Amino acid sequence: MDFSLTMEQEILRKSVRDFAEKEIKPKARELDEREEFSYETCRAMGELGLFGMFVSEEYAGQGLDYISYIIAVEEIARIDGSHAATIAAGNSLGIGPLYYYGNEEQKRKYLPKLCSGEMLWGFGLTEPNAGSDAGNTQTQAVLDGNEWVINGSKIFITNASTDITAGVTVLARTGIREAGKKELSCILVETGTRGFEARPMHGKLMWRASNTSELYFDDCRVPEDNRLGPQGEGFHQMLGTLDGGRLSIGAMGLGGAQGCFEMARRYATQRVQFGKPIASFQVNSFKLADMAMEIELARLLLYKACWLRDNHKPYAKEAAMAKLYCSEVMYRCANHAVQLHGGYGLMKEYDVERFYRDQKLLEIGEGTSEIQRLVISRLIGVI
Amino acid sequence: MNILVCIKQVPDTESQIKIDSGGKGIQTADIKWVMNPYDEFGVEEALRIKEKTGGKVTVIGVGPQRVVESLRTALAMGADEAIHVDDPAADGGDALATARVLAGSVKDVPFDLIFCGQRAVDDDNAQVGAALSELLQIPLLSVITKVEISDDKAKVKVQRPVEGATWVFEAPLPALITTQKGLNEPRYASLPGIMKAKKKPLSAKKLGDLGLSPDQAGLQGSKLTIKGLTPPPERKAGKIIEGETAQEKGTILVKLLREEAKII
Ligand SMILES: Cc1cc2nc3c(=O)[nH]c(=O)nc-3n(C[C@H](O)[C@H](O)[C@H](O)COP(=O)(O)OP(=O)(O)OC[C@H]3O[C@@H](n4cnc5c(N)ncnc54)[C@H](O)[C@@H]3O)c2cc1C
Repeated sequence: MDFSLTMEQEILRKSVRDFAEKEIKPKARELDEREEFSYETCRAMGELGLFGMFVSEEYAGQGLDYISYIIAVEEIARIDGSHAATIAAGNSLGIGPLYYYGNEEQKRKYLPKLCSGEMLWGFGLTEPNAGSDAGNTQTQAVLDGNEWVINGSKIFITNASTDITAGVTVLARTGIREAGKKELSCILVETGTRGFEARPMHGKLMWRASNTSELYFDDCRVPEDNRLGPQGEGFHQMLGTLDGGRLSIGAMGLGGAQGCFEMARRYATQRVQFGKPIASFQVNSFKLADMAMEIELARLLLYKACWLRDNHKPYAKEAAMAKLYCSEVMYRCANHAVQLHGGYGLMKEYDVERFYRDQKLLEIGEGTSEIQRLVISRLIGVI
Repeated sequence: MNILVCIKQVPDTESQIKIDSGGKGIQTADIKWVMNPYDEFGVEEALRIKEKTGGKVTVIGVGPQRVVESLRTALAMGADEAIHVDDPAADGGDALATARVLAGSVKDVPFDLIFCGQRAVDDDNAQVGAALSELLQIPLLSVITKVEISDDKAKVKVQRPVEGATWVFEAPLPALITTQKGLNEPRYASLPGIMKAKKKPLSAKKLGDLGLSPDQAGLQGSKLTIKGLTPPPERKAGKIIEGETAQEKGTILVKLLREEAKII
């Protein structure tokens, strides 16, 4: 067994950490407050190479392994959830499906601009009536001559309505299979296509500086060639995409937990009550000890899942476990961290307040914690 | 232009420094090592000059295997080549011994300009750059915040801040510059840069390759010996002055400064 990271991975961690501390941290609180997606930091993240990390150099990606990508997300999440969301969704949900399932022409057309961060791409799966039950997709695409005609809507789609969004991948019903089962396919729809509208959603509790959208398709026509991969493969593509996506949500939980821990440790060793730093009271030091231990466990599990993926071994179970565990570790860490900050932890002046809110999405997005337990139950063969 | 940048690897400023049992060194087990921040300014400035005038940037580091990470970081930022003096006999030297090793490692490398940090943030000696310029018999421009290369690439004009003023110097090339904070804002090693750095040349050298014997370098070649290290005195907790009005707080502050701190 070898637990050490490569030198390149260590350099990457340091570089992304420095970047996050110097370029994102000074702005994160205000962007959150104003509920604003920052084009400036997004461009800077693109220049650093944070988009297209696992895409080969042939398509202008960085050609890194998955663990490197996960370390990068972890380091951004250590500073800010919204920016980590832009990166995680941009890579796993936007770029991922195009790279893994797209044909040569689609890859050449879209990937270079997405990998430089000049453009973003959304992944439209969730619908008002198809959340956890994603297979219940209502959005329909009907072939008319050599065009798909799409009707329906999507909700909560990340990166889909920025000024630099080039388009979205949409999961739609494209027919009925024998035994009455729905046939689902993924179709690419470019921004600006007639009949397609992406509207930003406001009033979020968390990820307030990340872009979330509702998508509307009203007799929206796109060429037949915009189908991603073979017809009827949509559901499998979606499941495959989510397996990878879970690792990046895991990385957000791990990085966020690390950020909470560091804030809590710093505060608890400095804040004096009853003449002593509050960390010296055992009830508080034990909280910090638990946080440190759980973060260590979360990292081991997440990195192992990445290792499995990088080594082309089955990793769906470990990915679901890592997503679930890392999210819940951040839940506990954010809770302890605010508790240790006392009243100050409830004030926006302290970043820990934002971490407390941002954490909640991790137990809901890309499959809720309940759905992860369902996936794990299936994979261990008990249901 | 051929530009050399000397890089020292130092403990991350976030690391907790503890003195080891011998009392003459520090415990290194838990330390995270990083490139000396002043050397980052040197790498950045060298890259900017190269981007303008063309040429090559070579980085040089002395120390154990871990130093390769800092050299690779410089390559990831955009430097072209690295030289690593990887010889236990070269480690732990004083400023003069280290400068001798650096001078030896550049003896076969053409250069127009050398950057060193004005000091390393670990031992704060601020002497290696000066000693190296002396050994190489080239002009030394120290504690510099601005560098301009002349159009004919024969001269360099630099600025050094001094109390309330700026000193401007000019020197013929080759010359050695030591960097000061404010010179530039170093770039991050980009992810594509990190991948490219893997393939860039990094040569490891022994003292013998530099034409040096062990008694000229490292501990053996040092004229300075460390007699002991003591930690700085612990900082006492601060005091927050309570009071209803600014006036009231001011009065208490003056009283404390006079009677407790005894500084007015
Ligand atoms: C900020 C944000 C960004 C998002 N980004 C994207 C995106 O880019 N693309 C995309 O497609 N989607 C995205 N989503 C959607 C997200 O994936 C869904 O919200 C999530 O899958 C849950 O679906 P739902 O909200 O409809 O909840 P529901 O499915 O209605 O779930 C409600 C509750 O019921 C529970 N539940 C449901 N079914 C079961 C069951 N069988 N057993 C036990 N409990 C169950 C759930 O666990 C949950 O607690 C995003 C969401 C948010 C908030």
